[in-house]
Amino acid sequence: MSGQESAAETAKPKLIAKDVNVYYGAKHALKHVDLNMNSGEVTALIGPSGCGKSTFLRCLNRMNDTIEGCRVEGSITLDGEDIVSGVDPVLLRARIGMVFQRPNPFPKSIYDNVAFGPRIHGLMEKKEELDEIVISSLKRAGLYEEVKDRMETIGTGLSGGQQQRLCIARAIAVNPEVILMDEPCSALDPIATATVEELIDELRESYTIVIVTHSMQQAARLSQRTAFFHLGEVIETGLTEQIFTNPREKLTQGYITGRFG
Amino acid sequence: MATDPHIVKSFDEALGILHGQVSRMGVLAEHQLGRAIQALADRNDELASQVVQADVDIDDLEAAANDQVVRVLALRAPVADDLRNVLTSLKIASALERIGDYAANIAKRSIVLSSMPLVPTVRPLQRLGKLVHGLLAEALTAYEEKDADKALDVWKRDKEVDEQYSGLFRELLTYMMEDSRNITPCSHLLFIAKNIERIGDHTTNICEMAYFLTTGHPVEGARPKNDTSTTLNRD
Repeated sequence: MSGQESAAETAKPKLIAKDVNVYYGAKHALKHVDLNMNSGEVTALIGPSGCGKSTFLRCLNRMNDTIEGCRVEGSITLDGEDIVSGVDPVLLRARIGMVFQRPNPFPKSIYDNVAFGPRIHGLMEKKEELDEIVISSLKRAGLYEEVKDRMETIGTGLSGGQQQRLCIARAIAVNPEVILMDEPCSALDPIATATVEELIDELRESYTIVIVTHSMQQAARLSQRTAFFHLGEVIETGLTEQIFTNPREKLTQGYITGRFG
Repeated sequence: MATDPHIVKSFDEALGILHGQVSRMGVLAEHQLGRAIQALADRNDELASQVVQADVDIDDLEAAANDQVVRVLALRAPVADDLRNVLTSLKIASALERIGDYAANIAKRSIVLSSMPLVPTVRPLQRLGKLVHGLLAEALTAYEEKDADKALDVWKRDKEVDEQYSGLFRELLTYMMEDSRNITPCSHLLFIAKNIERIGDHTTNICEMAYFLTTGHPVEGARPKNDTSTTLNRD
């Protein structure tokens, strides 16, 4: 516990959201959200369906830009730089990668899936450099040993857990600073889930990871910090250990213990 | 703390079973201690034998409560107040089982004592027993009612137990020095006094658990103690 607390003291906020409001037309979907997400940590966003946690996640890499009638107000900064309106979303998404609920590899070879991002961002000049990025990304995603002899086979032919790790390899291939994950294990079996969770824990040291999950146990196992969303508001944030042993708010307690009506 | 029912009703049922087991243990332990002290005061061997025999009921309940805790932890993965509820149940059940053992030991010794000449110390010993019996009852009430203030109050009052125990310790030494024929009964009485004092300590553990269950924090600070018997020199 003291280790966690000292980690909390030294944690550096990478992403800072201040008074973030999101409207879908007239609907006020996110209300005055303040949240710091630290580098070297996994921040878990929990809450019942429709509470705004995915909406918030999508604000962090401008995914809401694509939704008609959606309006984002307030300030979100990445290393102090405003990302709500100031930056080019394409460049931003190279810095902030995303992994989705269902593994969604491109219908291309394993190699091309991982090489896709580096190619469009022009991150390398020679084939050897690209090979190196693809291999190191697959290694970091814990997938290389399983696929090294069939790099040219189609990515969608892998198992669910392998596909999700392929998507993680694809996300880290462009060397992002932040990785957003929207229920990355909900379509996976327990073994594949454990593998992906172990991977996330390993990646944590090098990235800022923000994860939306419906699994209380996954949030408890995986994250250092937890934010509980309810009806578009952040009800409580804190160290995960505190949230799951002694939450301050009655609503948080009701939700995590399964008493929510 | 949240007292709303869980969405999954069987979770509440499982917690209810566990709570019932621990509550029943509390009632039995309190009853056993009261009867053991009564048997000692009245030199009532029949009552003492009943106490010795009934200890197994508390042991059985503890085993059942342990099983229930394992089941709830494995199947429900409780968190927050549910987790505290389960953990404190486990620890309180353990304390109550020990209290039951001490009560049975007091009863066993009272059977031996009743065959010997009466030693005057039985009265102050009975007073100590009643004090601890009362504290145990209040600690269990604090647990049942989730009353952190009451738990803390009882926790602090263990000091009185220590004071009385230290006095008894000196008194028994004096009797033993006065007449060596007192050594056997006084040794039994000394063990009984120690048993009661230990029950007092387990009672403070129950208070600590009741406090933690309700507040989510451990009791802070050192418990006031007044047991001087451990450093007492014979002179």
